[in-house]
Order: sequence, then structure tokens, then C-alpha cells
Amino acid sequence: MSITEDPPVDETAPLVGQETLDALEARDVVLRLSETAAEHVEHDVDDERMIINMGPQHPSTHGVLRLVLELAGEQVIRTKPVIGYLHTGMEKTAEELTYLQGPTNVTRMDYSSPLFNELVFSLAVEELLGVEIPERATWIRMMMCELNRMSSHLLFLATNGMDLGAVGMMLYGWREREEVLRFFETVTGLRMNHNYIRPGGVAADLPDGWEDDVERLLQVLPERLEEFDVLMTGQPIWRDRTQGVGVLTTDEALALSTTGPILRSTGMPLDLRRDEPYLAYDQVDFDVIVGTYGDTYDRYAIRLNEIRESMRIVRQCMDRMPDGDYRVQDKKVTPPPRMRIDESMEALIHHFKIFTDGFRVPEGEVYVAVESPRGELGCYMVSDGGTSPYRMHIRGPSFYNLQTVPYVLHGGLLADGIATLASIDPIMGEVDR
Amino acid sequence: MSDTETPDAAEVDDAAEEPVVSAPYGAIAASSSRGQVVLHVGREGYLDTISTARADGFVLCVDITAVDYANHLDRALPASIEGERFEVVVNLYDPVERRRVRIRAQVPESDPTIASIYSLYPGVDAPEREVYDMFGITFEGHPDPTRILMPEDWDGHPLRKDVSQGRIPVQFKSATNHR
Repeated sequence: MSITEDPPVDETAPLVGQETLDALEARDVVLRLSETAAEHVEHDVDDERMIINMGPQHPSTHGVLRLVLELAGEQVIRTKPVIGYLHTGMEKTAEELTYLQGPTNVTRMDYSSPLFNELVFSLAVEELLGVEIPERATWIRMMMCELNRMSSHLLFLATNGMDLGAVGMMLYGWREREEVLRFFETVTGLRMNHNYIRPGGVAADLPDGWEDDVERLLQVLPERLEEFDVLMTGQPIWRDRTQGVGVLTTDEALALSTTGPILRSTGMPLDLRRDEPYLAYDQVDFDVIVGTYGDTYDRYAIRLNEIRESMRIVRQCMDRMPDGDYRVQDKKVTPPPRMRIDESMEALIHHFKIFTDGFRVPEGEVYVAVESPRGELGCYMVSDGGTSPYRMHIRGPSFYNLQTVPYVLHGGLLADGIATLASIDPIMGEVDR
Repeated sequence: MSDTETPDAAEVDDAAEEPVVSAPYGAIAASSSRGQVVLHVGREGYLDTISTARADGFVLCVDITAVDYANHLDRALPASIEGERFEVVVNLYDPVERRRVRIRAQVPESDPTIASIYSLYPGVDAPEREVYDMFGITFEGHPDPTRILMPEDWDGHPLRKDVSQGRIPVQFKSATNHR
């Protein structure tokens, strides 16, 4: 399949009019069948239609997603994504953990971009506390998040390649991601689930010689990305498999509450880093990558190019990293420095109180959103004045993006469904929480 | 008090008592939380307020969730709003004007139902199911009001405050000794 002309664009029409909603409704693509019923469907031998289960253990579902598919021959008619296999009640757990322990919990949601989860949690706590974090902490957060966006997109390129048969790509993507994770390990002590970004700043300052490590990354990656271009972007088989497959329009994507690369692939330039700058994104220079057709190929190309944009931001962070403190020196929030504990009884008590009791956060409720590699990652936090959140809700972009699956799979071949599902890039830890 | 001072003093008093922003979209009251616009509605005005807001450009329903205020039934709310046990919280975004608004709807414990906004935002399919699953709030008009994260035959709604952590035996599917 190939696309020869641009889709018509009506500039005057309002976004997501009633026609879009009616059209979505009329498509009738979501299979409404209970899980138990799906296991006991009797198939008529003469009928081409059948219901099959894909997953929960299937390599292309990137975790434990189960799809109940209604097929007519090889064509997908209706789909029901069945989720919840990774549900561990993290929002309930968050109500028991103090604000300082919170990041250890949320970091396990989207396990391929853990720093973003920590960031959105910390921003929500800081918004409720009303503390302003030092400039250096802001820039460290921004640089680490952009590196995390790169590692997350590299993971996507690896698995997306594997799903489409480019098995070499899996090894290359994993290799590059490992380089980034190695840097994370030197900074945070862990490859994943860092608990590095905490309310009040970050856990530790950047180690000596961090510039050399980042510099090496920024030197190596551009040529590796060029290799990916050769391996996939311009390759005819790759293009045939992805172009024109799983198309979504802007209005459909907005109606389905989609954000991130999937929405941007339809031509809608919505990026919270630019639209609602948090951290110091208003002070760095970068482009928002948008697509045109909203197909699987655009979603792939956007992520590939977002790695390049992230590298631009990381470069600026490196050049302009301000001096100063890496966490706020507010005695209420920050434990005293390690060396003070040996010489001061008050510091020891203070340290003990913060880690056993936690700090109190003023009453209130707040919704904070950041742009994660998958879209808008939000945190709705309600505090009743105690030491742990009264309610903490994470708006996981994968959870919302997954709703597009029945729409983009409809009418396509089952084999294309794999390509499309991979391009949605759902992380099941975040879907199920 | 002289005549010239009185109007000024009255104005200051009024400003202190008035909500921070006037309530648009037919909401009962509006307030501001950490600089974010919050609209308060009851169950009846919920659907109208959201559809009016949608017509005004808030075409992206970013998030829908709920809070169980069982421990804080007397929490601070605008005077015209009576606090109920549950609150359904909807976050809307206007991608053109880049505005956000949050709508908090009160849902009573005795009859935990509220209108579904599925007809306006098809993207709330999964999250409304999640709220039902976690809090037991039923969305009238939702095409598939079933559980989504917990097993289909699960008993109870885990994010309610009267469900405590670690006290509930795990219910496995097709186990014989269901509670």
C-alpha cells in the first residue's frame, strides 16, 4: 500500500465535531464480550467469522495484553483489549506510602520511562507544598528525562523492528538503550526504577565526569541513528509493511483521548513541553515532530526523530548546566546532609523523623501533567494534610492510547495488526498500574 | 465611618467571599486550586456542564477518575455545594487555546450513579470502567459497564476507603471458597 496524495484538510471546521463522534460510534469496532464468554464461543464451521484470543503471553503485545479478536478470514473486524494482568493496586499502595516513599512506587508503573513517573509525582507534591526547587535540580531533571525519552524510544525501535521481522534491529536498539542505562546506573545507582527524582529535587548530584559520559553518548548515537535509517526508514519492505497501515485522523485521535506520538502522527502538534512548559523547557530550543498521515510509519518516524530532538535538548542541558544545589534546602522536606548526622544530635533526629514519619503536605488537590514518551502523563493528587497522599491517581498515557487499538485494527489484516499494535507502544505496567 | 469609606470596605468583603472565578458552563460554583480552575457540579448538572465546556473548545478529555472522601465528609467546599462521599473528577483540555479545567461532581454513597460522558468523549470508555471497577460508581449510558482491571467475578471495589490494604484474601478465579 502507498499513499499518493495528501488527505484533504478543512481549516475552518471545529475540532472533533459531532460527525466524528457519530462516525466512531457507527464503526462498531469494539467487541463487547465478557472474558468468560470469550473462552466458550462455539464456532460455526461454515462461517468465516471466528473469535480468537491473542495473548496474554504473546511477544508482540509487549507484556501481558490479551486481545480478543473477531476475524473474518484474515481480516480483523472487532477487537476487545483485555487488561488487568499486571494490576497490583499501585494507587491503593500510594495511599499508604509517605510522600518520600511515593516515587519508589510510581517509578514501577511505566517501567521503560521510570524517571517521568517520578517527575510527575514530585511535581505534584511540590505544587501542593509550594516549594520551588533549585535551578540545578530542574536542569538535572530535564536532562535525565530527555535521556530517558531516548532510551524509551530506542526500546520502541528495537521491539517494533522485531515485531516486523527486522530482528537485527532488536539487537541494535537494545545495545543503544543499554548505553543510556549505563549512564543512569552511574548517576542513580540503578538501571531502572531509579527513585532518583524526589520531592524537593533529585536524590544525588551528578557524579564527577558525567560530562564525558554524556558527550560519548551524544557522539555515538547520531551515526547509529543513521544506521537505523538505512536499516528501516528508507527500506522498501519496511515502508510497505507500515505505510498506510493503522490510520487514525486527528479528530478520531482527540475523541479517543489519545496524546503523545500517536496524536502528533496525525498532524496535531500537541506537546506539553512546548504548550505548557514545565521544568525549564521554555529555555531550550527544540522542535515538535509531527506526522501527516497518522499511520504506523509516521508513528515510527516521529519517535526516531524525537530521539534526535532529545539529543539537542541534552546537549543544551550539558552546555548550560547551572551550578548550585541539587535539592531544595527546606528543612521540612529535605533530610540533613549525611556528614551532619555524625556531629549533630538534632540532625540525626531530623533525619530519623523525615524517613520514619515523613513530612506533612498542606490540604489541597492538584493535577500536574508532563509529556512522557507515550503522551500526557498526569498525576492527580489529593492531600488531607497528612504525611501520605489521600488519593493519588496517575493518568497513564498507555491506558488511554490502548483504546485506539480496536479502531486502528479494524478492517486490516491480522499481520498488520501486529505492526499497528507495536506502533501504539503500550507499556502494560502503566496500563494496569 | 464616613460615606466614602463604606463602599470600599464592602467591596473588599465581597471579594473575599466571592469565588475566585465566576462559574461558567452552568456549574454551581467555581474555585481555584493552586491556580487551576475547578468547577463544582452536582450529579444533575454534570452532563450539561461538560457538554457546554466541550462546545467551548475543551475537546480533549484528559482524565476521569474518582475520589472516596469517606474520611472527610466535611471537607472544605464552596458554600453552594454539599459534599457527598464520592467525587468524580474530570480533567478537560482545550488543545487550541491550551486551557485546562477540572470538574468535580458529587456522587452520594446511597446511590452511586452518574451520567456517562461516553457519547461526548469516546475516550472515556476504559477510564469510566476503571472508576466503576475501583469505586463502584455506575455510569449510566456507558456501553459496557463491566470491570476492567480486577477479575470479572471480583467482589468489592478496592479503592474505596473502607477496603483496607492487605486484609482481603486474594480471590482466584474458579476457586470454590468464594467469600
